[in-house]
Amino acid sequence: MAGAYAGFVNSAVGARLAAQLGLPRPVRLRRYSADAPLVDSPVVVAGLSEAPVAARARALLTGEGVEVVASVPEGAKVGAVVLDLTAVREPADLSLVRDVLGPAVKALRPSGRVVLVGAAPAEASTVVQAAARRALEGISRSVGKELRAGATANLILVARGAEDHADATLRFLLSGRAAYVDGQVVRVGAGAPTEPADWSLPLAGKVAVVTGAARGIGASIAQVLARDGARVVCVDIPAAGEALARTANRVGGTALQVDVTAPDAGQRILDHATTRHGGLDIVVHNAGITRDKLLANMDESRWASVLDVNLGSILRMNEVLLADGGLRDGGHVVLVSSIAGIAGNRGQTNYAASKAGVIGLVDALSTDEDLRRRRITVNAVAPGFIETEMTAKVPFATREVGRLLNSLSQGGLPVDVAETIAWFSQDANAGVTGNVVRVCGQSLLGA
Amino acid sequence: MATTAPRRAAVIGGNRIPFARANGAYAKASNQDMLTAALEGLVARHGLAGEHVGEVAAGAVLKHSRDFNLTRESVLGSSLAATTPAYDVQQACGTGLEAAVLVANKIALGQVESGIAGGTDTASDAPIAVHEGLRQALLSLNRAKTPAQRLKAVSRLRPGQLVPEVPRNVEPRTGLSMGEHMAQTAAQWGVTREAQDELAVESHRNLAAAYDRGFFDDLVTPYLGLTRDQNLRPDSSVDKLSKLKPVFGRGDDATMTAANSTPLTDGASVVLLGSDEWAAERGLPVLAHVVDAQTAAVDYVTGHEGLLMAPAYALPHLLERQGMKLQDFDLVEIHEAFAATVLCTLAAWESESFCRDRLGLDAPVGALDRSRLSVNGSSLAAGHPFAATGGRIVASLAKALHEKGSGARGLISICAAGGQGVMAILEAA
Repeated sequence: MAGAYAGFVNSAVGARLAAQLGLPRPVRLRRYSADAPLVDSPVVVAGLSEAPVAARARALLTGEGVEVVASVPEGAKVGAVVLDLTAVREPADLSLVRDVLGPAVKALRPSGRVVLVGAAPAEASTVVQAAARRALEGISRSVGKELRAGATANLILVARGAEDHADATLRFLLSGRAAYVDGQVVRVGAGAPTEPADWSLPLAGKVAVVTGAARGIGASIAQVLARDGARVVCVDIPAAGEALARTANRVGGTALQVDVTAPDAGQRILDHATTRHGGLDIVVHNAGITRDKLLANMDESRWASVLDVNLGSILRMNEVLLADGGLRDGGHVVLVSSIAGIAGNRGQTNYAASKAGVIGLVDALSTDEDLRRRRITVNAVAPGFIETEMTAKVPFATREVGRLLNSLSQGGLPVDVAETIAWFSQDANAGVTGNVVRVCGQSLLGA
Repeated sequence: MATTAPRRAAVIGGNRIPFARANGAYAKASNQDMLTAALEGLVARHGLAGEHVGEVAAGAVLKHSRDFNLTRESVLGSSLAATTPAYDVQQACGTGLEAAVLVANKIALGQVESGIAGGTDTASDAPIAVHEGLRQALLSLNRAKTPAQRLKAVSRLRPGQLVPEVPRNVEPRTGLSMGEHMAQTAAQWGVTREAQDELAVESHRNLAAAYDRGFFDDLVTPYLGLTRDQNLRPDSSVDKLSKLKPVFGRGDDATMTAANSTPLTDGASVVLLGSDEWAAERGLPVLAHVVDAQTAAVDYVTGHEGLLMAPAYALPHLLERQGMKLQDFDLVEIHEAFAATVLCTLAAWESESFCRDRLGLDAPVGALDRSRLSVNGSSLAAGHPFAATGGRIVASLAKALHEKGSGARGLISICAAGGQGVMAILEAA
């Protein structure tokens, strides 16, 4: 959390004024720390009829030493609510939401969590059921906007037969790792998730490549992947070598100076990962640039360079990285889109084109026969307003507005994007592919 | 007692910061800053953060008295394990190569499994000493025990002693600068201005081309905003250089200019060496092995030989030990202290009388195919931070040999102040 507004409304005078005027007051979000519990106790876990995902949630929370309750204890606060509505058949079944979620939301602690679980509307057996299933999306997004004090609401849609595959996603959304993920829908499908030996090192033994790792979000991604147990190959352009070396040394990884737009970039990355670390399990295509200009004034070089760095280079590198002998079976590809790629942004036709293109790439790759056979997942994050060197250069007013136009009333941190990427990179998350998850605090833009 | 030939040390990789012209990008960086930066890039490239390395040997030619433990202090400021021992080496411009030879020999003997050799120098952040008279007076004052002794010590102070002493690029025994010495030798060998300018232009062209093809992507890590060597002039031409006024020599013999002599430079370089086993355990590819090395020195004080001609004398020893000819080397790196240094050395090896009378050879060493010489540029283009040049050349040559293919051999020749020279042979792994 940063910014002039946040500083003011959290000062003695500002707090009183904000309370009187009903202004939003950003709080310090609960973020991951190794010695903090997964989520504060107790957690309300409830569901309709059999509720298979609620049963999984109870087991995993109990295993983490979190107290699980069926409803809000009298006068108590709760850390989270998990509501399994996979059995919803008709709109009338949704009343459970009001009965269970209503009181729980009122008792939610700061940075609390609401996780709704539904079944995939596309797989509904009746029209009525499809409508009722889709209704959950409206509920979760609205609850997200009603919640205060850093609490978030997200929806998990589980495909038929994938009820046992949502553990990693449940853990993620309940934890501090998902601090800035709000109002999102995560689709969990088939796939063969494997549990890590140690949930605090979910990437143990894995080799990851992060492009654009010298600074900002990329450096944070390298750090979080390393914290979660991965060996990280940090890639950036040769000119950024000094910062890249700092990142690599901080995370105990290796630095590889290569321009992602070079024709042999993919081969050099793969060679490095294979020779130095014996293979490649995770690819994070994070490198990106902005060259903003209104379309009418957009010159050829701004247009071409943004499209080539942010999209063309990924397509070329993937030809090598995703070919046989590249990424290992069961590996993970994570791309970085942007809220601009979803909502569009004035002055960013080039950037939005590249970032929307990334989403198209996720769609195509996640349904690719060969990659499916090799159990390779492909997902993207779409960051909203993230506090980086780049956003620090945005003019004051625009910056403050950007920070506030979301349900958490603050900008996110690079680590929030990194945490989401690390979650996409888990073998325990093999059922999650083809997802684009926004890390935007439920931004109003493009929602 | 059975004796086995010692194993060969592997050159695994290298790193340097781009070299900056004196009082340029690194004007405020110290030797320790630059050596630490060079180490950090090497550690990052090879994934050595937190790792213990057998030893680090490096040095600086221009050194502050406070930097008595320069290399160890740089190691402590780096990401290497604090248990990594280090020591300083100094052999003038031969420092970097000599350090590499020392580490390679320890690896060959099995005394260490891995090591880092390097060097750093700054002409910008040079040590400045107090006047010798002032120093003596202050030391007397420190020793004085009675007021009378103190008064006597203080009475020896003179205003002129306030002028500080700046290190000079001068041979203490002749009072001549290195350039003046070189000019004498150049005149002796009849090295022309044009030949020197051509060599300088070639150096710039080769270095620029190497940068353009990404050759330095895994050899150089930017520092303080500098991404390429500040001295590099890709558009240099013989025509442009011919317009410069000579700075060394007299009359017709004044052929040496600022462009065909290396400028004062700041920078640092390091090389990672190790046993093949140590490299393999870490998945680090080996570029080359250190095959042999030889140092030599000449009597330049009496004028018997030119100051920078010592490498010419080191070569026959290497060739004899290795059963090789100069022409057998796939690549040759002769440090370009001055363009004339390279040309005089080559001329000497071609001279029947020199090889017979001075080197004691039956036949001249012979001519070198110039297309094998410093193919990726050398000191005239990159600059020459004295102690950092050896590490630059070892790493670049090891990579270039590796590109040529297994078994390719390369020769390094570096001249040094005091009439010394260091040579080494590398062979592609």
